[in-house]
Amino acid sequence: MTKKSTETTAPKNRSTTNKTVGVNDINNNDLSSTEILPVAGGGILDRRLFLKRSLIFTTATLITESSVEAAAEGISPTNSGQSPSMLKPGNTFSNYGLPSPYESQTIRWVSANAMADGNGVSWCPLHELEGIITPNGLHYERHHNGVPDIDPANHQLLIHGLVERPLTFSIDDLKRYPMESRICFVECGGNSNAGWNKRPVQAAAGHIHGLVSCSEWTGVPLSILLHEAGIRPNASWLIAEAADGVAMNISIPVEKAMDDAILALYQNGERIRPENGYPLRLLLPGWEGVTNVKWLRRLQLTDQPVMSRNETAKYTELMPSGKSRQFTFEMEAKSLITSPCAGQEMHGAGYYQITGLAWSGKGKITKVEVSADGGKTWADSELQEPVLSKSFTRFRIPWKWDGSLAVIKSRATDETGYVQPERDVLVKERGRHGYFHYNAIVSWEIAAEGYVSYVYA
Amino acid sequence: MFTPKQCFIFMLSMFSAVVHAELEQEIQGPKLGKPASEEVIKAWDSSIFPDGKGLPVGKGTVAEGKVLFKAQCAICHGPAGVGGTAEELSGGEQGLTGEYPDKTIGTYWLYATTLFDFIKRGMPLMAPGSLSNDQTYALTAYLLHINEILPADAIMSNENLFQVEMPNREGMIWIYPALKEEPNPVSGN
Ligand code: HEC
Repeated sequence: MTKKSTETTAPKNRSTTNKTVGVNDINNNDLSSTEILPVAGGGILDRRLFLKRSLIFTTATLITESSVEAAAEGISPTNSGQSPSMLKPGNTFSNYGLPSPYESQTIRWVSANAMADGNGVSWCPLHELEGIITPNGLHYERHHNGVPDIDPANHQLLIHGLVERPLTFSIDDLKRYPMESRICFVECGGNSNAGWNKRPVQAAAGHIHGLVSCSEWTGVPLSILLHEAGIRPNASWLIAEAADGVAMNISIPVEKAMDDAILALYQNGERIRPENGYPLRLLLPGWEGVTNVKWLRRLQLTDQPVMSRNETAKYTELMPSGKSRQFTFEMEAKSLITSPCAGQEMHGAGYYQITGLAWSGKGKITKVEVSADGGKTWADSELQEPVLSKSFTRFRIPWKWDGSLAVIKSRATDETGYVQPERDVLVKERGRHGYFHYNAIVSWEIAAEGYVSYVYA
Repeated sequence: MFTPKQCFIFMLSMFSAVVHAELEQEIQGPKLGKPASEEVIKAWDSSIFPDGKGLPVGKGTVAEGKVLFKAQCAICHGPAGVGGTAEELSGGEQGLTGEYPDKTIGTYWLYATTLFDFIKRGMPLMAPGSLSNDQTYALTAYLLHINEILPADAIMSNENLFQVEMPNREGMIWIYPALKEEPNPVSGN
């Protein structure tokens, strides 16, 4: 379902253009003073301008009332020119630091069931974040029946079924095993699923596409424990079960368990947060969130999948034929512009930095193209290091917005050559009722007044 | 002589033996796992398979299920499984190919065992694990009845639940593993 790039990709060599512009000529937002020629339609500039030019970017900012108030108040310097914070001792130390109180808008957006407040999701505010690591308190959540309270001293992992030696492990036992760390994303199979709707929903980018987050996970490679238990040759599946209030269970091919699965104990350096599976989470890099079983208590090796509700009635995708796709574990390549994006507002024509995230469950991101003319022309963005397999990759490209209506979009390619599809291509293949695994190109429309909205274009 | 399938399985096990041997050389854990006793495994093993393996002994009727549903489930799922805040559990009138397909137990679920298993694990949400096996069979029977799969006088038990023919039984295509050489162990194709 890959889409061939038939559109003109802009030439990469801009040396002729560069010659016409002095280094300091463009360090302001006055568009008339100099001319940097774009590399693609709609004013997309060469990604290497980041390094060569001291462009001053205007940033699209969050639409909040508090920011307007703060701007109106302005800074209030004292007579001596010192700011008030310099005239008194600051606050004392803290045992566990919290974000600045001025960042109170950077929170997860909770959407829970009215009758059961532990059932539902909370969305990661991707439109507020930079870099590739999601802070632990902002990692998206999907719980089926709340966050269980688990004392690690009373938690055990049982490995049984088609093994030579059924074994139990305490958390203390597991902490004494060789560990490995891996930066990777976890994405809910239902992320972005509003995209299947006939009309685009209007919400901040993270509230549409934020059931995905990226952390450094550390733990014991599952293969070590499976080896210790001794897998029987006829074991082809592994049933993983959680210690939560639905005893969430799901079947995983043994191949994946032996390949790169981790029994994760740590997330971004600290023990996993309760809402992300404390004290033990099964991490399956690149595979849909529901298989990354939190609060892991049991692994059963079998010769068949258990056909649990969450691998049959849910997390399967109905197609137009009436048949459904089942065991669609890998999350296919996807990208998203996180600035400017829905939920933010532009501040006049000028230079902007388009930036966003790309990821693929099949491996590394090799290319993210950006368009500012609704997909007619594309230019390669700069991929920020590190570019890691099955991880978020941050991309950036400079853009000169002329202040008129524009549609910006990004398109990811991964190391298997898979190219993120346009929405019409995805919908043509899968219909609109698959519910899960929506990974089409995301388009943001920027109105002349500066409002950014989600469009299908 | 081996059939091609047996050959394949044989080769597969040779292959995995080699992989396992290599692993042994590469990463040796401290081997801290404690042997799990039969009793522990029996107490913890809650898996219920499509072929009925793991179904606990018990039975229940549609009529008993109806009473239980009204008392314990309707508050979230609506009377007779429609019109609540939670998932619709019946009323799949549109089928799967229309403009507004209904993915309900009757139209979408593959196995009746899954229904028993899910109710037993997690429902009712505010008191998971509180239903007895008999109550769970009764609720399963009732839900299958209102989905027009079982008659009003049906009794479900560990002996017949896995034999219930679900309408969408052949409705799914495995995406993984993509290059499967063996027949699907569940559907046999
Ligand atoms: C407090 C509200 C609540 C009560 C009471 C409740 N449920 Fe549920 N039920 C839910 C929610 C919410 C879900 C969705 C769970 C999820 O997201 O994983 C659900 C899911 C289900 C499903 C799976 C539906 C599907 O299509 O996947 C079944 C079956 C079910 N419930 C049966 C029952 C039965 C039987 C009872 C009574 C014993 C019951 N429920 C009581 C809230 C409730």
